[in-house]
Amino acid sequence: MLEKLNASRIDSADLYDWDELVQEDRVHRLIYTDPTIFNLEMTNIFGAVWVYLGHESQIPANDDYITVRLGLRPIILLRDSLGRIRALFNRCAHRGTTLCRKDKGSARIFTCPYHGWSYLNTGKLRAVPWPDGYACDFNDARYNVAQVPRVDSYRGFIFATLNPDAPSLLDYLGPITTPIDEWLDRQPKGRIRVCEANRLKYKGNWKLAYDNSGDGYHVVFSHRSLLEMENRQADVANRGMSYYKNSPDTAPMYIAYMGNGHHFKDKRPNIQKRAGGLWAVEGPAPGSEHYAEALRRRFGAKAEDILDLASSEPVNINVFPNFSLLGNHIQVFEPISVDETDVTWYGTAVIDEDGTLEGAVDDINALRMRTQEQFPNFGEVDDLANFEEIQRGLACREDEWIYMHRGLGLPGRVKTHANGIITAPATDEVFMREYIKEWKRLMKATPKLVVQREP
Amino acid sequence: MQPAPDPAISSHYVNNELYRKLVEDFTDWQREELAIAASKVRDEFRLLVEREARLLDELRFDDWLAMYAPECIYWVPGTPGGGDPRREIAISFDDRRRMEDRIFRLRTGYAWSQAPKSRTVRMISNVEVFATAEGFARMVRSNFLISEFRVDGMRFLSGWCGHRFVQSAERWQIQVRQVNLIDCDRNLRNPSIVL
Repeated sequence: MLEKLNASRIDSADLYDWDELVQEDRVHRLIYTDPTIFNLEMTNIFGAVWVYLGHESQIPANDDYITVRLGLRPIILLRDSLGRIRALFNRCAHRGTTLCRKDKGSARIFTCPYHGWSYLNTGKLRAVPWPDGYACDFNDARYNVAQVPRVDSYRGFIFATLNPDAPSLLDYLGPITTPIDEWLDRQPKGRIRVCEANRLKYKGNWKLAYDNSGDGYHVVFSHRSLLEMENRQADVANRGMSYYKNSPDTAPMYIAYMGNGHHFKDKRPNIQKRAGGLWAVEGPAPGSEHYAEALRRRFGAKAEDILDLASSEPVNINVFPNFSLLGNHIQVFEPISVDETDVTWYGTAVIDEDGTLEGAVDDINALRMRTQEQFPNFGEVDDLANFEEIQRGLACREDEWIYMHRGLGLPGRVKTHANGIITAPATDEVFMREYIKEWKRLMKATPKLVVQREP
Repeated sequence: MQPAPDPAISSHYVNNELYRKLVEDFTDWQREELAIAASKVRDEFRLLVEREARLLDELRFDDWLAMYAPECIYWVPGTPGGGDPRREIAISFDDRRRMEDRIFRLRTGYAWSQAPKSRTVRMISNVEVFATAEGFARMVRSNFLISEFRVDGMRFLSGWCGHRFVQSAERWQIQVRQVNLIDCDRNLRNPSIVL
């Protein structure tokens, strides 16, 4: 049963002149600082488009759940007793109490701690205490837990939207499924397991993180300490993101805008394409030499492919508005308020159920955990400090504009291909200009969001 | 015989045996029957833990590193209870080389998360010492409260540490330090100081 939301909501078009706020080469500071715009984003973006909620490996068995957010809405993401993945509002139908307060677990029934209403994990009301005190019919669907009407997965990644008019998830993702497939398919059977996370937060607007996700311009400046650190003992300073030094615009890497706000920074062409090519430029990690030598002793030349699995895949695959695959991480952006955002870097492990790696899977995962800890510890913290300083700088209200015009107006630099994909050198801000156009289109729209309840 | 590799240059000691022993050493060690009540022993380790806190507050990182055994681990779990670092991401899991990387980075002047630097004061209390099956090793539990001031305000980081000390040449060295933040499984703002 679908239910229209009739509650009064802001009519965005009346509020602001979006074409004034978002121009071809610049955006207004208000889109990062204005609480009214943020509130509208929680409907028009984090509600009306497909938003990433979690990975299937976090709820592997029937009755497993994790608690997440869809925008600001608390959600229980679960696999019900029949195996169907659902995103229940974590909200009792009675008075609104959250039903589940744990991060994860397994439950067939959620019982409200406040008045004891209990629900099956399908969202259907199971029982209320002392029902004789009610004149109503509790079979009425209105007493079942509200849930997100559209939940779908792409190869294990679970997305959800409250918008019945949104395209299918596959159509929404569009051509960015190609790099997602390639990212997965370097693992045996194309599968990964989420294994905890580096959880960070910053005092700044969520779009600052999305602006950064495809940004090849900041790397040698924002991450200078990391680049110096990971090359401090190297004979040739080629570790990590060293290929950004000197003249990154002429390097073979590129940024691609892929529609619907998604973009893909492909740095793979910078790396020599051979077995062990990624491992050769991976920064030093705890256990690097031990595991590399042990695997080479055991597997000979084949060890190089295995070692590449512990190395960072040089891509940034950014799915608007809150999901990113980079290195071996799944990065998720979660807005908290107009000037606070959680950025969670979920680690991923290799799964090898049929023994393709001949028993090396535990070793390679032990190494892969350590390589994945590097960037959040020594790179991301500096970006987040810079995001916070942008938010501080934007308090200068008389200086209104943020520029994103790198590459704009240079003949032949930005290329639009027959399939609609736009490519440019990796330091260009074309991805910002394009995704913020999509943001503007969404902010002008008046989506009719709905929830669903079991009949 | 080959000379042992320098753990500051190459990482050979982080291997399956180290992980296995680490998980074992940091499981179920705070048992009453292993607690050492003698105040002389407790004082000895309390002084070491307090000294470490002072060195970190004063950013005397070379002196801090010198308190550690050559083959050492600095471990900040992201899961309450520690989890299994072979299978899970930690907030930090540094060997000797990565500890030195961490210090190197902070000293480059380009670590923006620490420019300007945090000012910290650490309070250490509830120091308890536990015996181990190995005579040369002691486990020490202590509580900490770090007051951290940086740029726009003050905050507090709270938790407890598990130190594994080993005796070498009449001196107690830190072999493993596990830092357990009480909010380790929550999103943390700017976790860039050495805890």
